[in-house]
Amino acid sequence: MNKIFNINSALTIFIKDFRSELRTRYALNALIMFVITTLAIILFAVANETPSIEISAGILWIVIFFSAMSGMARTFVSEEERGTVMTLHLIAKPSTIFFGKLLFNLILLFLMNIFTVVLYIILIPSFIVQNASIFILTVVLGTIGLSAASTIIAAIIAKSNTKGTLYPVLSFPILLPLLMIVIKSTKSALEGVEFAKAMGDFQVMIAYFVVITAVSYLLFDYVWKD
Amino acid sequence: MVFKIVLGIGLTLVIIAGIALPMVPNPSSFFELPVVPGLEDKARIIFFHVPTAWVCVIAFIASLIYGIQYLRTKEILYDIKSVTAASLGFLFCILATVTGAIWSKFTWGAFWNWDPRQTSIFVLLLIYGAYFALRSSIEVEEKRASLSAVYSIIAGLTVPFFIFIIPRIVSSLHPDPIINPQGKIHMNPTMFLIFLASLTGFTAVYLWMFNLRIRFSKIQYQQQMKEQE
Repeated sequence: MNKIFNINSALTIFIKDFRSELRTRYALNALIMFVITTLAIILFAVANETPSIEISAGILWIVIFFSAMSGMARTFVSEEERGTVMTLHLIAKPSTIFFGKLLFNLILLFLMNIFTVVLYIILIPSFIVQNASIFILTVVLGTIGLSAASTIIAAIIAKSNTKGTLYPVLSFPILLPLLMIVIKSTKSALEGVEFAKAMGDFQVMIAYFVVITAVSYLLFDYVWKD
Repeated sequence: MVFKIVLGIGLTLVIIAGIALPMVPNPSSFFELPVVPGLEDKARIIFFHVPTAWVCVIAFIASLIYGIQYLRTKEILYDIKSVTAASLGFLFCILATVTGAIWSKFTWGAFWNWDPRQTSIFVLLLIYGAYFALRSSIEVEEKRASLSAVYSIIAGLTVPFFIFIIPRIVSSLHPDPIINPQGKIHMNPTMFLIFLASLTGFTAVYLWMFNLRIRFSKIQYQQQMKEQE
Protein backbone atom coordinates (compact mmCIF):
# COMPACT_ATOMS: atom_id res chain seq x y z
CA MET A 1 0.00 0.00 0.00
CA ASN A 2 2.91 2.29 0.66
CA LYS A 3 4.03 2.27 -2.90
CA ILE A 4 2.74 5.10 -5.03
CA PHE A 5 2.45 2.81 -8.00
CA ASN A 6 3.91 -0.39 -9.29
CA ILE A 7 6.53 0.31 -11.96
CA ASN A 8 6.42 -3.22 -13.35
CA SER A 9 2.64 -3.15 -13.82
CA ALA A 10 2.85 0.29 -15.41
CA LEU A 11 5.47 -1.05 -17.81
CA THR A 12 3.25 -4.03 -18.57
CA ILE A 13 0.39 -1.72 -19.48
CA PHE A 14 2.74 0.31 -21.63
CA ILE A 15 3.98 -2.83 -23.43
CA LYS A 16 0.40 -4.01 -23.94
CA ASP A 17 -0.54 -0.69 -25.56
CA PHE A 18 2.63 -0.68 -27.59
CA ARG A 19 1.98 -4.18 -28.93
CA SER A 20 -1.62 -3.47 -29.81
CA GLU A 21 -0.46 -0.28 -31.52
CA LEU A 22 2.12 -2.19 -33.56
CA ARG A 23 -0.55 -4.69 -34.54
CA THR A 24 -3.17 -2.20 -35.69
CA ARG A 25 -0.97 0.86 -36.34
CA TYR A 26 -4.10 2.93 -35.95
CA ALA A 27 -2.58 5.97 -34.25
CA LEU A 28 0.78 5.82 -36.00
CA ASN A 29 -0.58 5.69 -39.55
CA ALA A 30 -3.24 8.27 -38.89
CA LEU A 31 -0.75 10.60 -37.23
CA ILE A 32 1.83 10.40 -40.00
CA MET A 33 -0.83 11.13 -42.60
CA PHE A 34 -2.24 13.93 -40.46
CA VAL A 35 1.15 15.62 -40.16
CA ILE A 36 1.88 15.27 -43.88
CA THR A 37 -1.54 16.65 -44.88
CA THR A 38 -1.27 19.60 -42.52
CA LEU A 39 2.22 20.46 -43.71
CA ALA A 40 1.11 20.18 -47.34
CA ILE A 41 -1.74 22.63 -46.68
CA ILE A 42 0.67 25.03 -45.02
CA LEU A 43 3.09 24.79 -47.93
CA PHE A 44 0.28 25.49 -50.41
CA ALA A 45 -0.91 28.43 -48.36
CA VAL A 46 2.53 29.91 -47.87
CA ALA A 47 3.46 29.28 -51.54
CA ASN A 48 6.44 31.50 -52.34
CA GLU A 49 6.22 33.75 -49.32
CA THR A 50 8.81 33.57 -46.56
CA PRO A 51 6.99 33.38 -43.22
CA SER A 52 8.49 35.45 -40.42
CA ILE A 53 10.10 33.84 -37.36
CA GLU A 54 6.99 34.43 -35.23
CA ILE A 55 4.68 32.82 -37.77
CA SER A 56 6.83 29.78 -38.50
CA ALA A 57 7.35 29.11 -34.76
CA GLY A 58 3.59 29.38 -34.22
CA ILE A 59 2.69 27.11 -37.14
CA LEU A 60 5.02 24.35 -35.93
CA TRP A 61 3.23 24.18 -32.59
CA ILE A 62 -0.21 24.41 -34.21
CA VAL A 63 0.69 21.31 -36.22
CA ILE A 64 1.99 19.54 -33.12
CA PHE A 65 -1.04 20.53 -31.00
CA PHE A 66 -3.64 19.32 -33.48
CA SER A 67 -1.83 16.10 -34.35
CA ALA A 68 -1.49 15.36 -30.63
CA MET A 69 -5.21 16.03 -30.30
CA SER A 70 -6.05 13.54 -33.02
CA GLY A 71 -3.58 10.92 -31.83
CA MET A 72 -4.04 10.97 -28.06
CA ALA A 73 -7.84 11.06 -28.12
CA ARG A 74 -8.07 7.28 -28.32
CA THR A 75 -5.89 6.52 -25.28
CA PHE A 76 -8.80 5.58 -23.05
CA VAL A 77 -11.62 5.56 -25.60
CA SER A 78 -10.17 2.40 -27.15
CA GLU A 79 -10.40 0.62 -23.79
CA GLU A 80 -14.05 1.65 -23.46
CA GLU A 81 -14.84 0.51 -27.00
CA ARG A 82 -13.15 -2.85 -26.70
CA GLY A 83 -14.76 -3.41 -23.32
CA THR A 84 -11.45 -3.95 -21.54
CA VAL A 85 -12.04 -1.33 -18.84
CA MET A 86 -13.29 -3.86 -16.30
CA THR A 87 -10.26 -6.09 -16.80
CA LEU A 88 -7.96 -3.15 -16.26
CA HIS A 89 -9.91 -2.29 -13.10
CA LEU A 90 -9.25 -5.80 -11.82
CA ILE A 91 -5.56 -6.12 -12.61
CA ALA A 92 -4.11 -2.77 -11.61
CA LYS A 93 -4.41 0.26 -9.39
CA PRO A 94 -5.68 3.44 -11.07
CA SER A 95 -2.35 5.25 -10.63
CA THR A 96 -0.49 2.37 -12.28
CA ILE A 97 -2.82 2.53 -15.26
CA PHE A 98 -2.39 6.26 -15.47
CA PHE A 99 1.40 6.08 -15.54
CA GLY A 100 1.36 3.22 -18.06
CA LYS A 101 -0.83 5.26 -20.37
CA LEU A 102 1.25 8.38 -19.78
CA LEU A 103 4.40 6.52 -20.79
CA PHE A 104 2.74 5.24 -23.95
CA ASN A 105 1.49 8.70 -24.90
CA LEU A 106 4.90 10.15 -24.19
CA ILE A 107 6.67 7.71 -26.53
CA LEU A 108 4.02 8.10 -29.23
CA LEU A 109 4.14 11.87 -29.06
CA PHE A 110 7.94 11.83 -29.06
CA LEU A 111 8.10 9.76 -32.24
CA MET A 112 5.48 11.98 -33.84
CA ASN A 113 7.22 15.21 -32.86
CA ILE A 114 10.61 14.06 -34.14
CA PHE A 115 8.94 13.23 -37.45
CA THR A 116 7.07 16.56 -37.55
CA VAL A 117 10.09 18.67 -36.63
CA VAL A 118 12.43 16.98 -39.13
CA LEU A 119 9.86 17.31 -41.90
CA TYR A 120 9.19 20.92 -40.95
CA ILE A 121 12.86 21.87 -41.02
CA ILE A 122 13.29 20.21 -44.43
CA LEU A 123 10.14 21.67 -45.99
CA ILE A 124 10.18 25.24 -44.65
CA PRO A 125 13.46 26.82 -45.73
CA SER A 126 13.02 29.94 -43.60
CA PHE A 127 12.84 27.84 -40.42
CA ILE A 128 16.51 27.95 -39.46
CA VAL A 129 17.39 27.01 -35.90
CA GLN A 130 20.15 29.27 -34.61
CA ASN A 131 20.45 27.81 -31.14
CA ALA A 132 20.00 24.05 -31.39
CA SER A 133 20.20 23.30 -27.66
CA ILE A 134 17.30 25.65 -26.84
CA PHE A 135 15.26 24.18 -29.68
CA ILE A 136 15.85 20.53 -28.72
CA LEU A 137 15.13 21.18 -25.05
CA THR A 138 11.95 23.08 -25.98
CA VAL A 139 10.67 20.22 -28.12
CA VAL A 140 11.52 17.64 -25.45
CA LEU A 141 9.96 19.56 -22.54
CA GLY A 142 7.01 20.64 -24.69
CA THR A 143 6.33 17.02 -25.64
CA ILE A 144 6.49 15.90 -22.01
CA GLY A 145 4.09 18.62 -20.87
CA LEU A 146 1.74 18.02 -23.79
CA SER A 147 1.51 14.30 -23.11
CA ALA A 148 0.89 14.81 -19.38
CA ALA A 149 -2.02 17.16 -19.95
CA SER A 150 -3.48 15.20 -22.83
CA THR A 151 -3.47 11.91 -20.89
CA ILE A 152 -5.73 13.14 -18.08
CA ILE A 153 -8.07 14.93 -20.51
CA ALA A 154 -8.22 11.76 -22.61
CA ALA A 155 -9.34 9.89 -19.48
CA ILE A 156 -12.07 12.48 -18.88
CA ILE A 157 -13.47 12.45 -22.40
CA ALA A 158 -13.54 8.65 -22.56
CA LYS A 159 -16.59 8.79 -20.27
CA SER A 160 -18.47 11.42 -22.27
CA ASN A 161 -20.72 11.11 -25.31
CA THR A 162 -19.02 13.43 -27.79
CA LYS A 163 -15.50 12.15 -27.55
CA GLY A 164 -13.55 13.43 -30.53
CA THR A 165 -14.98 16.93 -30.71
CA LEU A 166 -14.71 17.62 -27.02
CA TYR A 167 -11.04 16.70 -26.78
CA PRO A 168 -9.42 19.82 -28.27
CA VAL A 169 -12.07 22.00 -26.60
CA LEU A 170 -11.17 20.69 -23.14
CA SER A 171 -7.44 20.53 -23.78
CA PHE A 172 -6.92 23.99 -25.19
CA PRO A 173 -7.41 26.07 -22.00
CA ILE A 174 -5.23 23.58 -20.08
CA LEU A 175 -2.50 23.57 -22.72
CA LEU A 176 -2.55 27.29 -23.48
CA PRO A 177 0.14 28.29 -20.92
CA LEU A 178 2.42 25.55 -22.23
CA LEU A 179 1.80 26.47 -25.86
CA MET A 180 2.47 30.15 -25.18
CA ILE A 181 5.79 29.41 -23.52
CA VAL A 182 7.01 26.83 -26.09
CA ILE A 183 6.16 29.16 -28.97
CA LYS A 184 8.10 31.94 -27.24
CA SER A 185 11.07 29.70 -26.60
CA THR A 186 11.02 28.32 -30.18
CA LYS A 187 11.12 31.92 -31.32
CA SER A 188 14.19 32.58 -29.19
CA ALA A 189 15.84 29.43 -30.61
CA LEU A 190 15.25 30.79 -34.12
CA GLU A 191 16.59 34.20 -33.17
CA GLY A 192 19.69 32.62 -31.66
CA VAL A 193 19.30 33.93 -28.11
CA GLU A 194 21.86 32.83 -25.51
CA PHE A 195 21.00 29.68 -23.61
CA ALA A 196 21.04 31.36 -20.19
CA LYS A 197 18.26 33.76 -21.23
CA ALA A 198 15.91 30.89 -22.04
CA MET A 199 16.36 29.19 -18.64
CA GLY A 200 13.24 30.83 -17.19
CA ASP A 201 11.09 29.38 -19.95
CA PHE A 202 12.38 25.88 -19.26
CA GLN A 203 11.67 26.27 -15.56
CA VAL A 204 8.06 27.14 -16.39
CA MET A 205 7.78 24.09 -18.66
CA ILE A 206 9.18 21.76 -16.00
CA ALA A 207 6.90 23.27 -13.35
CA TYR A 208 3.94 22.81 -15.68
CA PHE A 209 4.73 19.12 -16.19
CA VAL A 210 5.22 18.51 -12.47
CA VAL A 211 1.98 20.28 -11.49
CA ILE A 212 -0.14 18.59 -14.14
CA THR A 213 1.27 15.13 -13.42
CA ALA A 214 0.85 15.49 -9.66
CA VAL A 215 -2.74 16.68 -10.02
CA SER A 216 -3.56 13.98 -12.55
CA TYR A 217 -2.13 11.35 -10.22
CA LEU A 218 -4.26 12.64 -7.34
CA LEU A 219 -7.46 12.99 -9.34
CA PHE A 220 -7.24 10.01 -11.67
CA ASP A 221 -9.09 7.77 -9.16
CA TYR A 222 -12.21 9.93 -9.45
CA VAL A 223 -12.11 9.80 -13.23
CA TRP A 224 -11.35 6.13 -13.57
CA LYS A 225 -13.67 4.55 -11.00
CA ASP A 226 -17.36 4.36 -11.85
CA MET B 1 -36.61 41.87 2.77
CA VAL B 2 -34.50 44.52 4.53
CA PHE B 3 -31.44 43.14 2.76
CA LYS B 4 -33.03 43.62 -0.66
CA ILE B 5 -34.09 47.21 0.06
CA VAL B 6 -30.66 48.14 1.44
CA LEU B 7 -28.95 46.51 -1.52
CA GLY B 8 -31.28 48.27 -3.99
CA ILE B 9 -30.72 51.71 -2.46
CA GLY B 10 -26.98 51.10 -2.08
CA LEU B 11 -26.41 50.07 -5.69
CA THR B 12 -28.60 52.94 -6.96
CA LEU B 13 -26.42 55.37 -5.00
CA VAL B 14 -23.28 53.74 -6.39
CA ILE B 15 -24.55 54.07 -9.95
CA ILE B 16 -25.59 57.71 -9.47
CA ALA B 17 -22.36 58.63 -7.71
CA GLY B 18 -20.20 56.72 -10.16
CA ILE B 19 -21.74 58.38 -13.19
CA ALA B 20 -22.75 61.82 -11.95
CA LEU B 21 -20.10 63.11 -9.54
CA PRO B 22 -18.00 65.76 -11.30
CA MET B 23 -14.33 65.19 -11.97
CA VAL B 24 -12.15 68.20 -11.10
CA PRO B 25 -8.35 68.62 -11.14
CA ASN B 26 -8.07 69.38 -7.39
CA PRO B 27 -10.98 67.84 -5.48
CA SER B 28 -11.75 70.00 -2.41
CA SER B 29 -15.14 68.78 -1.21
CA PHE B 30 -16.24 65.20 -0.61
CA PHE B 31 -18.51 65.23 -3.69
CA GLU B 32 -15.78 65.67 -6.25
CA LEU B 33 -13.60 63.06 -7.90
CA PRO B 34 -10.01 63.67 -9.03
CA VAL B 35 -9.14 63.66 -12.73
CA VAL B 36 -7.18 60.56 -13.71
CA PRO B 37 -4.51 61.73 -16.17
CA GLY B 38 -4.98 60.15 -19.58
CA LEU B 39 -8.33 58.62 -18.80
CA GLU B 40 -10.59 61.51 -17.63
CA ASP B 41 -14.24 60.38 -17.66
CA LYS B 42 -13.28 56.97 -18.97
CA ALA B 43 -11.88 56.21 -15.51
CA ARG B 44 -15.46 55.87 -14.22
CA ILE B 45 -15.53 52.31 -15.56
CA ILE B 46 -13.63 51.22 -12.45
CA PHE B 47 -16.90 51.39 -10.48
CA PHE B 48 -18.63 48.84 -12.74
CA HIS B 49 -16.05 46.85 -14.63
CA VAL B 50 -13.73 45.88 -11.78
CA PRO B 51 -16.55 44.53 -9.55
CA THR B 52 -17.85 42.30 -12.38
CA ALA B 53 -14.36 40.91 -12.95
CA TRP B 54 -13.98 40.44 -9.19
CA VAL B 55 -17.26 38.50 -8.94
CA CYS B 56 -16.22 36.43 -11.95
CA VAL B 57 -13.05 35.31 -10.15
CA ILE B 58 -14.85 34.78 -6.82
CA ALA B 59 -17.44 32.58 -8.55
CA PHE B 60 -14.71 30.60 -10.28
CA ILE B 61 -12.96 29.92 -6.97
CA ALA B 62 -16.29 29.07 -5.31
CA SER B 63 -17.08 26.61 -8.07
CA LEU B 64 -13.64 25.04 -7.63
CA ILE B 65 -14.07 24.69 -3.86
CA TYR B 66 -17.55 23.16 -4.21
CA GLY B 67 -16.08 20.79 -6.79
CA ILE B 68 -13.45 19.64 -4.30
CA GLN B 69 -16.16 19.29 -1.65
CA TYR B 70 -18.16 17.11 -4.04
CA LEU B 71 -15.20 14.81 -4.65
CA ARG B 72 -14.67 14.49 -0.89
CA THR B 73 -18.26 13.84 0.11
CA LYS B 74 -20.07 12.67 -3.06
CA GLU B 75 -22.98 14.87 -1.95
CA ILE B 76 -24.94 15.95 -5.06
CA LEU B 77 -25.84 19.27 -3.41
CA TYR B 78 -22.20 20.37 -3.78
CA ASP B 79 -22.34 19.65 -7.48
CA ILE B 80 -25.48 21.78 -7.78
CA LYS B 81 -23.65 24.58 -5.93
CA SER B 82 -20.56 24.18 -8.09
CA VAL B 83 -22.45 24.42 -11.37
CA THR B 84 -24.55 27.34 -10.11
CA ALA B 85 -21.45 29.28 -9.11
CA ALA B 86 -19.89 28.48 -12.48
CA SER B 87 -22.91 29.64 -14.47
CA LEU B 88 -23.15 32.92 -12.54
CA GLY B 89 -19.40 33.36 -12.92
CA PHE B 90 -19.77 32.88 -16.66
CA LEU B 91 -22.44 35.60 -16.78
CA PHE B 92 -20.22 38.07 -14.88
CA CYS B 93 -17.24 37.04 -16.97
CA ILE B 94 -19.14 37.99 -20.14
CA LEU B 95 -20.16 41.31 -18.54
CA ALA B 96 -16.55 42.07 -17.59
CA THR B 97 -15.32 41.15 -21.08
CA VAL B 98 -17.92 43.29 -22.83
CA THR B 99 -17.50 46.36 -20.59
CA GLY B 100 -13.73 45.99 -20.88
CA ALA B 101 -13.88 45.71 -24.66
CA ILE B 102 -16.07 48.82 -25.02
CA TRP B 103 -13.73 50.77 -22.72
CA SER B 104 -10.73 49.48 -24.68
CA LYS B 105 -12.28 50.72 -27.95
CA PHE B 106 -12.41 54.28 -26.62
CA THR B 107 -9.09 54.24 -24.77
CA TRP B 108 -6.78 52.01 -26.81
CA GLY B 109 -8.61 52.32 -30.13
CA ALA B 110 -9.62 48.68 -30.63
CA PHE B 111 -12.15 46.37 -29.04
CA TRP B 112 -9.58 43.64 -28.68
CA ASN B 113 -5.79 43.85 -28.74
CA TRP B 114 -4.61 40.86 -26.65
CA ASP B 115 -3.58 42.89 -23.66
CA PRO B 116 -2.55 40.48 -20.85
CA ARG B 117 -5.79 41.23 -19.00
CA GLN B 118 -7.79 40.47 -22.09
CA THR B 119 -5.84 37.27 -22.62
CA SER B 120 -6.50 36.12 -19.06
CA ILE B 121 -10.23 36.84 -19.20
CA PHE B 122 -10.34 35.07 -22.57
CA VAL B 123 -8.78 31.99 -20.93
CA LEU B 124 -11.34 32.17 -18.13
CA LEU B 125 -14.15 32.30 -20.72
CA LEU B 126 -12.63 29.31 -22.52
CA ILE B 127 -12.42 27.31 -19.29
CA TYR B 128 -16.05 28.08 -18.44
CA GLY B 129 -17.08 27.20 -22.00
CA ALA B 130 -15.21 23.90 -21.92
CA TYR B 131 -16.67 23.12 -18.47
CA PHE B 132 -20.24 23.50 -19.73
CA ALA B 133 -19.46 21.59 -22.94
CA LEU B 134 -18.15 18.73 -20.80
CA ARG B 135 -21.18 18.77 -18.52
CA SER B 136 -23.65 18.67 -21.38
CA SER B 137 -22.00 15.62 -22.90
CA ILE B 138 -22.27 13.32 -19.86
CA GLU B 139 -25.63 11.85 -18.94
CA VAL B 140 -24.97 9.97 -15.71
CA GLU B 141 -25.36 12.43 -12.86
CA GLU B 142 -22.56 11.22 -10.54
CA LYS B 143 -20.13 10.82 -13.42
CA ARG B 144 -20.94 14.31 -14.67
CA ALA B 145 -20.42 15.77 -11.23
CA SER B 146 -17.08 14.14 -10.54
CA LEU B 147 -15.62 14.63 -14.03
CA SER B 148 -16.54 18.30 -14.16
CA ALA B 149 -15.09 18.78 -10.66
CA VAL B 150 -11.84 17.15 -11.78
CA TYR B 151 -11.75 19.30 -14.90
CA SER B 152 -12.30 22.51 -13.00
CA ILE B 153 -9.50 21.63 -10.56
CA ILE B 154 -7.04 20.96 -13.38
CA ALA B 155 -8.11 24.11 -15.21
CA GLY B 156 -7.88 26.14 -12.00
CA LEU B 157 -4.32 24.98 -11.45
CA THR B 158 -3.15 26.12 -14.88
CA VAL B 159 -4.40 29.65 -14.25
CA PRO B 160 -1.47 30.67 -11.98
CA PHE B 161 0.94 29.84 -14.82
CA PHE B 162 -0.37 32.80 -16.76
CA ILE B 163 0.85 35.10 -14.02
CA PHE B 164 4.40 33.94 -14.73
CA ILE B 165 4.12 33.46 -18.47
CA ILE B 166 2.21 36.46 -19.75
CA PRO B 167 4.60 39.14 -18.42
CA ARG B 168 7.44 37.30 -20.15
CA ILE B 169 5.67 37.73 -23.48
CA VAL B 170 3.85 41.09 -23.50
CA SER B 171 3.60 44.17 -21.32
CA SER B 172 0.26 45.50 -20.15
CA LEU B 173 -1.53 48.76 -20.87
CA HIS B 174 -4.19 48.01 -18.27
CA PRO B 175 -4.67 51.07 -16.06
CA ASP B 176 -4.06 49.59 -12.64
CA PRO B 177 -0.34 50.20 -13.12
CA ILE B 178 -1.29 53.75 -14.15
CA ILE B 179 -3.87 54.62 -11.47
CA ASN B 180 -2.05 52.63 -8.84
CA PRO B 181 1.65 52.34 -9.66
CA GLN B 182 3.04 51.26 -6.29
CA GLY B 183 0.55 48.42 -5.94
CA LYS B 184 -0.79 50.06 -2.77
CA ILE B 185 -4.27 51.52 -2.50
CA HIS B 186 -3.99 55.30 -2.47
CA MET B 187 -7.09 56.25 -4.38
CA ASN B 188 -8.94 59.44 -3.61
CA PRO B 189 -11.15 58.69 -0.53
CA THR B 190 -14.46 59.39 -2.31
CA MET B 191 -13.46 57.27 -5.25
CA PHE B 192 -12.31 54.50 -2.94
CA LEU B 193 -15.59 54.63 -0.99
CA ILE B 194 -17.71 54.34 -4.15
CA PHE B 195 -15.45 51.59 -5.43
CA LEU B 196 -15.74 49.59 -2.20
CA ALA B 197 -19.51 50.12 -2.07
CA SER B 198 -19.77 48.89 -5.64
CA LEU B 199 -17.60 45.87 -4.90
CA THR B 200 -19.74 44.95 -1.88
CA GLY B 201 -22.93 45.59 -3.83
CA PHE B 202 -21.95 43.41 -6.76
CA THR B 203 -20.78 40.63 -4.44
CA ALA B 204 -24.11 40.83 -2.57
CA VAL B 205 -26.02 40.63 -5.87
CA TYR B 206 -23.99 37.56 -6.76
CA LEU B 207 -24.69 35.92 -3.39
CA TRP B 208 -28.39 36.72 -3.71
CA MET B 209 -28.59 35.27 -7.23
CA PHE B 210 -26.63 32.25 -6.04
CA ASN B 211 -29.03 31.70 -3.16
CA LEU B 212 -32.10 31.95 -5.42
CA ARG B 213 -30.64 29.58 -7.99
CA ILE B 214 -29.69 27.03 -5.33
CA ARG B 215 -33.20 27.05 -3.85
CA PHE B 216 -34.68 26.64 -7.32
CA SER B 217 -32.28 23.82 -8.26
CA LYS B 218 -32.98 21.98 -5.00
CA ILE B 219 -36.74 22.02 -5.67
CA GLN B 220 -36.12 20.92 -9.25
CA TYR B 221 -33.91 18.08 -8.07
CA GLN B 222 -36.45 16.88 -5.49
CA GLN B 223 -39.14 16.98 -8.16
CA GLN B 224 -36.99 14.84 -10.42
CA MET B 225 -36.42 12.33 -7.64
CA LYS B 226 -40.18 12.10 -7.01
CA GLU B 227 -40.92 11.54 -10.67
CA GLN B 228 -38.38 8.74 -10.80
CA GLU B 229 -40.06 7.01 -7.88
